[in-house]
Amino acid sequence: MNERNKQAEASRAETLSPAVDVIEDAGGITLLADLPGVPKDGLKLHIEADQLRIEGEARLSLPEGMQWTHQEQPTLNYRRVFTLSKELDAERVGAEFENGVLRLRIPRVQQAQPKRIRIDVA
Amino acid sequence: MVWNVFPRDLMAELERLQRDYSHPLEQSASIRGSGHSRFPALDVGGTPETVEIFAFAPGLDPAAIELTLDRGVLTLSGERAGELPAEDARTAVHIGERFAGRFRRVVNLPEDADPDSVSASYRDGVLHIRVARRAASRPRRINVQ
Repeated sequence: MNERNKQAEASRAETLSPAVDVIEDAGGITLLADLPGVPKDGLKLHIEADQLRIEGEARLSLPEGMQWTHQEQPTLNYRRVFTLSKELDAERVGAEFENGVLRLRIPRVQQAQPKRIRIDVA
Repeated sequence: MVWNVFPRDLMAELERLQRDYSHPLEQSASIRGSGHSRFPALDVGGTPETVEIFAFAPGLDPAAIELTLDRGVLTLSGERAGELPAEDARTAVHIGERFAGRFRRVVNLPEDADPDSVSASYRDGVLHIRVARRAASRPRRINVQ
């Protein structure tokens, strides 16, 4: 972020938790996150142990001498952390990022594919 | 003991309410509503030469965004498709926070905004609208002889 942006953004809160959708199917989890304003190189994804951390910095092209009169977006820094469970395969996470929407696919580990447990009725 | 839990929850609720109602900028209420927690979030500002509007609207097809300007009222509308599948035995929606459906936001432009000089661009999920101010109404420095 350049100096001009920094000055104009000084009044905002620290981080914003982005809105997400989390959908689970038999093969794993799909996570969608809204990160408007974040360019591809402003997105940081960290997977460490069982933690998934999504961080992003939105960049707006502000003209010289910009003064805000109305702000609904509390900050330009996004951050959200999720705890993954053991049956998810953190090694094979797929990520796409387009028009400010992040789409993550976290597959289940092969052995953890759901099995139907037969219930014997005595 | 159930009663021990209650006051803590109440405090959390109060904190949440306070967060919802506090806002970084003092602003007067608009007749069209303050637009909090509506999609897309709007930031408005400007320079002596322009009015700048940023709409935080990720995941849209720019060709499907409708933008109109009529007598000083700028209207932004469109639709964002939902991505949540129908839940069944094999599919579960654990979190569904992202906006889906039709949206419409309205901004009153200042008197000096020039309706013939509007540009709009969509990048990384943010729509940036720039409206020039009429030259005659820009602040000028008057030299004292």
